[in-house]
Amino acid sequence: MSKRHLLAVFSNFDEAEAVVKELRNTSIKGFNANDDLVVKSPIEHPEVEEFLGDKPVYVQWFTLFGALMGGLLGFFLISGAQANFYAQIKGGKPIVPFPPNFVLTYEMFILGGVFITILGFLICAGLPARRSPLYTAKVSEDQIALLVKADEESASVLKAIFTKHEALEIQEEAGK
Amino acid sequence: MKDIREDIAWAKINKDVLKSLESPRNLYWVIVIGALLVFSVGVGCEIYQYNVGMGVANLDNPHVWGLYIATFIFWIGMSHSGTLLSAILHLMHADWRKPIYRFAEAMTTFSLMTAGLFVMVHLGRLWQFYYSLPYPNDRGLWPNFQSPLLWDAMAIFTYLSSSILFLFVGMIPDLAICRDNIHSGWRKKLYTVLALGWEGTDRQWRNFRVTYLTIACFLIPLAVSVHSIVASDFAMSQQPGWHVTSFPPYFVAGALYSGCAAIITLFIILRYVFKFEEYMTLPILKKTVRLTFAIAMVWTYLNAVEFASVWYSHDIASKDVLIQKATGPYAPYWWGMIFCGSVVPLILAFKRFQTNIPVLLVTSLLLNLGMWLERWMIVAPTYSHGYYPWTWDHDQFPSWVQWGMVFGSFGWFTLLFMVFCKVFPSVSMYEVKEMVYHRSLASKKLEVSGSQESVEGAH
Repeated sequence: MSKRHLLAVFSNFDEAEAVVKELRNTSIKGFNANDDLVVKSPIEHPEVEEFLGDKPVYVQWFTLFGALMGGLLGFFLISGAQANFYAQIKGGKPIVPFPPNFVLTYEMFILGGVFITILGFLICAGLPARRSPLYTAKVSEDQIALLVKADEESASVLKAIFTKHEALEIQEEAGK
Repeated sequence: MKDIREDIAWAKINKDVLKSLESPRNLYWVIVIGALLVFSVGVGCEIYQYNVGMGVANLDNPHVWGLYIATFIFWIGMSHSGTLLSAILHLMHADWRKPIYRFAEAMTTFSLMTAGLFVMVHLGRLWQFYYSLPYPNDRGLWPNFQSPLLWDAMAIFTYLSSSILFLFVGMIPDLAICRDNIHSGWRKKLYTVLALGWEGTDRQWRNFRVTYLTIACFLIPLAVSVHSIVASDFAMSQQPGWHVTSFPPYFVAGALYSGCAAIITLFIILRYVFKFEEYMTLPILKKTVRLTFAIAMVWTYLNAVEFASVWYSHDIASKDVLIQKATGPYAPYWWGMIFCGSVVPLILAFKRFQTNIPVLLVTSLLLNLGMWLERWMIVAPTYSHGYYPWTWDHDQFPSWVQWGMVFGSFGWFTLLFMVFCKVFPSVSMYEVKEMVYHRSLASKKLEVSGSQESVEGAH
């Protein structure tokens, strides 16, 4: 069965929330509320998380990995260079002095953490992305949009729900 | 009085901020042209110094750092304001920062870029900058990883790159707004590329929130470490006047202080130039002023601690440097520093001046003058009254080339900053919307609870 995407635009969060609740309570063919519903909003809205439910975020794992790798890389790079005592005679001083090396290890820990966090963000948020054909500039202004995927034959049911909740605009596109 | 009106329409926020990208007041162009002229003075001085040699800067032994390194510290210090406003206040949920943190972050980035120039300029032979990079020479010798100067290079690189990324990530939703509302020209292409296809989906916002918070958590210890390391450039030496344990916290406090003072200056300028009166409101200015006053008092206290620890340490050489600062050839500048850094901020304690724009503009400039003098008074007196008696009659005053370069750096910073504010939104649109939204929700709740209480009271 081919799928259809629909985007409905609402003027406020209350209407959007009501639509999400109704979509959850209605049996719609080919629609799964957890996977087939995307909310597009102009601000980071705490209510969105409430009505969509908790979804996992994995960015912090990238952060941990990046920070540890950065710190280790920094420490071993410095220590490796210092251990090159054929080139630089140490004269009785410690070959790898820990206290001063800690400073650069600390900086590399942060550098690795920040860089890999950004990489993690891009991967987890799916960026950079091509702009979806179902999008309205009003979302970046003051309106909230719901992007729903369902079986083609369910499109009329979805449209009826959107219209009932005073959707300002409905866009549709055949899914792939 | 409220920080911001709760009934500002979100569309109006977009419209007002986007308008700032197109039609600022005429003063904008006056500032840009002025900055360009000032910058060209610095460029001229650098070309002259490069061609003739470091002698024209009046740098010699023992005065090897002069105004260049003093101004380098000043600009590094200035960069701390962005971290304070974006990261520290973000973690403390102080949402009044939202309309003003973007330009503070930009200030961080451009201050660091300006500071970096001085490291190169003071070398004279610019190409020798690579000695501070961590790679070995042809005999297998690496730079000295135990030197605070190398730590400095690494810390500043980390801070600069992290600040640029933090600024960019925080701007992505606003870049998408710009992309959606500007329909042609190079700006459209630029915003389309930089917005990375942001559509404000729940997945994007969820990951965005965690990322922003995580980088904020990294930036705070990073900012503290950067200025502590700059302090170590001095404190880890044996020079009198520099070998002071309290230098790192003293430097960090000074950095936050000069950064906050600069935020007040730029707040006032941007508010007028870009017609942001509705967003950069007087209550927000008042909070920034109070924060600056608190930090000024911390700095004053740490200054007193430094003097007291030198005085009671019985380290004759350090004590002599301190006495020289107060009575020697640098006395006018040293007392100027005390006056501008510790006495002038007392104005900020008076309620009536906390929102008086002309007074605040002058005060903030004087505070930064004091903070610049502080850095000069750290560098120069120690060199002119160090351990070697032959340096004692060797007072050096910076030549016009050094002054020109310092002057030029303000032009360079202003130019970068003003161009940024014209190309990118200097007020965060989505965060101002969040602020307005949360304020209106809170007042609705208050109204509801108020009416319920009155109903209960009737029963």
